[in-house]
Amino acid sequence: MSGAPLSGPSQAEAALAAKTVRGGWLLSLPALVLLAVAAVGPLLIMVVYSFLLPGEYGNVEWGFSFDAWTGILFTRDVFDDTLRLEDAHLSILLRSVNLSLLTTIFTFAVGFPTAWFIATRPQRQRALWLFLITIPFWTNLLIRTLAINEIIRAEGLLNNILIGLGLIDQPLQIIYTDTAVFIGMTYVYLPLMVLPLFAAIDRFDMRLLEAGYDLYATRFQVLRRIIVPVVKPGIIAGSILVFVPALGAYVTPRILGGGKQMMIGNFIELQFGQGRNWPLGAALSVTLLVIVTAALLVYVRFANREVRHG
Amino acid sequence: MARPISHLPGFTPIAMAVFAALYLPLVILVFYSFNAGEDLAHWEGFGLHWFAKAWENDQVKDSTIRSLWLAAVAAVISTVVATMAALGTTRRARFKGQTFIYVMINQPLMVPEIVTAVALLIFFAWFKVTLGYQGMGYLVLAHSAFCIPFAYLPIRARLESMDLTLETAAADLYATPFATFRRVTFPLLLPGILAGMMLAFVTSLDDVVITVFVKSAGQDTLPTYMLGQIRRQVSTEVYAISTMLLGLTVVMLVAFMALTRKKD
Amino acid sequence: MKNLLTATAMLMGLTAMAQAEGELQLYNWGDYTSPELLAKFEAETGIKVTVTDYDSNDTALAKIEAGGSGFDLVVPSANYVPIYVEKGLVQELDLSKIPHHGNIAPEWMNVDYDPGRKFSIPWQWGTTGIGMNKTLYAGDINTSAIWLDPPAEVAGKINVTPEMNDVLAMATMYLGGQPCSEDAELMKKVRDKLLEAKPKWVSMDYGMTEKMSSNDVKATVYWNGAMFRSRLANPDVSFGLPREGFPIFMDQVMLLSDAKNVEEAYKFLDFIALPENAALISAFARYGNGIAGSEEFMPADMKDAPEIVIPEELKSKGVFLKTCTGKAQDYITAIWTELQK
Repeated sequence: MSGAPLSGPSQAEAALAAKTVRGGWLLSLPALVLLAVAAVGPLLIMVVYSFLLPGEYGNVEWGFSFDAWTGILFTRDVFDDTLRLEDAHLSILLRSVNLSLLTTIFTFAVGFPTAWFIATRPQRQRALWLFLITIPFWTNLLIRTLAINEIIRAEGLLNNILIGLGLIDQPLQIIYTDTAVFIGMTYVYLPLMVLPLFAAIDRFDMRLLEAGYDLYATRFQVLRRIIVPVVKPGIIAGSILVFVPALGAYVTPRILGGGKQMMIGNFIELQFGQGRNWPLGAALSVTLLVIVTAALLVYVRFANREVRHG
Repeated sequence: MARPISHLPGFTPIAMAVFAALYLPLVILVFYSFNAGEDLAHWEGFGLHWFAKAWENDQVKDSTIRSLWLAAVAAVISTVVATMAALGTTRRARFKGQTFIYVMINQPLMVPEIVTAVALLIFFAWFKVTLGYQGMGYLVLAHSAFCIPFAYLPIRARLESMDLTLETAAADLYATPFATFRRVTFPLLLPGILAGMMLAFVTSLDDVVITVFVKSAGQDTLPTYMLGQIRRQVSTEVYAISTMLLGLTVVMLVAFMALTRKKD
Repeated sequence: MKNLLTATAMLMGLTAMAQAEGELQLYNWGDYTSPELLAKFEAETGIKVTVTDYDSNDTALAKIEAGGSGFDLVVPSANYVPIYVEKGLVQELDLSKIPHHGNIAPEWMNVDYDPGRKFSIPWQWGTTGIGMNKTLYAGDINTSAIWLDPPAEVAGKINVTPEMNDVLAMATMYLGGQPCSEDAELMKKVRDKLLEAKPKWVSMDYGMTEKMSSNDVKATVYWNGAMFRSRLANPDVSFGLPREGFPIFMDQVMLLSDAKNVEEAYKFLDFIALPENAALISAFARYGNGIAGSEEFMPADMKDAPEIVIPEELKSKGVFLKTCTGKAQDYITAIWTELQK
């Protein structure tokens, strides 16, 4: 490239493209370094640990073993030493996926109208409404979960109101059920859906709606054909921000779920704690990581294609 | 006046219901923090003694201040690097490795916290022993890192729905890339950056599991202090502290509003 | 690597001694350390104690084993004491620096896990039993049948503490065995019994002090001190100890090998061996301590509290939980995993 005279558009384009690539990497570098040092890099330790032996009192012993990996699908019965399919892991994973999907769908269902409402306020009010969404989340997660507990517990607000209205005569058992975990997670993850949705809707050109209605589109058609495709990046960001953390949730299921039925996050924690099987915990984490990453890649690719053709 | 063009039926009631639901637990929290009684569940009249008690409890006070400080530092760092990364990965010709960067950035979201926590415990312990440094730096690093995706996603979403016309125009008028960024891109991007920073702040403020495993002696944050209490008994002190923080947030919000108004 | 570690530890020890400013880093269970105790200690010695919390023995062990955590003292449960010793994470105490070591009550001096108390000074001890709201069930609660074969009133209402060792030990003793049994036939029965009983439990959770006080939960397998606190708030709460056998636990303070503030730590260890100071610990968390003569300094309501004083006829049924190893531990974790799926 040194001092080469301009010799046609193709070379100039190539130079521009190279600059773009270099710029892309340079700008991303600080984030990548930080992540490599304090998030992603250390995870390699987990990959190594998944091939080691569990220590007697937790931790690992240095010796190669494939047990943790077979342990994900099969379990050796401690009593008769037979190998059988491990259904516990699968049912825990399925329960987690179900609850997280439900949470994502529900937060979207109520989060989209909320974000739309905020984005269509006059400019001056928008910041206020946005702050109103985030204020509850300046209060600690544990406290919020405990406050929800106050509402749904046996002698809590909800049951007192329902009994007062004569709708029920015995308190409903909500706390310690999947419903409680669902309520808690919806509450906790809602702003993670609303904020990215708002950021996308805020840039939406309302004149497009006018054009739509002028062409006699119904409200639903406008929503589906005009609004959704344009705010799709926000929908994708919001869904990822809710679904993935919900899948690994620990605090909310622990406080509201009662510990009788675990979610995958709690189960992995058990392996690193009282279960004293760090390699199995590591193998389970790597598996979960691979599944989620694969799902995310497929989702993003699929969503991008939709946007382009839509 | 006719309804604005942006009106969609049912959206406003849903939004109002959402706001009501968001604030109900907070109302309860504030209510109980004024309880004169000794324990949480029984209302025994109005009293302020939980506030006094929380104020006298050094462990509560120190951990609250530490939490706020950590969240502010981590939010700033993660937002700065996330903004740069978002500018680097959107609105330019697709390049090889873009997906890799994208996956890297979102990685903290995909790993259950406990896994990152144990990995960081082992990794950082090695530095703590060899360097002899056991300060807050480790917590700052860890928090900044896992906050990156939370800051990155809203900024990226904002960038993707911004059109390039204005920046191209600026460039056509021979504005330097930096001037274009400062005068055109940045102001347009600001709502996304603010949203990202708020998410990062809140995410850091909430973290329990990673903090438990990374903290050194004397580095309890409010959440880890509370986790220790949950097993025994959660005292109304933490409700009082939360009410105070909530009050502080509202004061800051009002001040912020007043300031921006003056500027207009 | 190991040499490097020892060298660094020694280096840090030296620098710490050179700049001893009178501070001490205590790593303890949350809500377990009396602020009055710390204030009194600081007033008498000028040493400021910083408390950092943990919520499980395993977390504490993992962090200390990883190294570089900066703590001086840790408070593990009895069954974790040998682990700390075996792994070399704690140092043997120089008893000449703890003149009041002899105050440790005789029954707590020669414990299996630390004969002669060469490594640890008692903090608090307690029992795991049955907490019951009398309005739910007024019958006999001195039996594990309450949670393993629940009476109709209790079925579907009882919480069980999510402590693997306690739960497994109580169930094993209910079926006639001893904790850490390696008898496969017996452990099979234990598994079947637990799986049969689990649908009759409402939850496996902590935080029962408030939940029993507030009537949210009316029956639970839990610790005595917590139920004592519940009873003070809600007179309907009573506490029973299963005659088939119940676990006794003790948490004790140990001095870490890489402690920086060793002199300060010894002062603290001697300080808590004085009856009037040990009584402060008990008055806060409502468990007994292991220091002879501390009773007279305790709050009046603790001296004859049914939760604290074990009835004579049940005294022999209390069992110290040990660290299960090998096959016994395999059985326990396998059963526990199956129980939680």
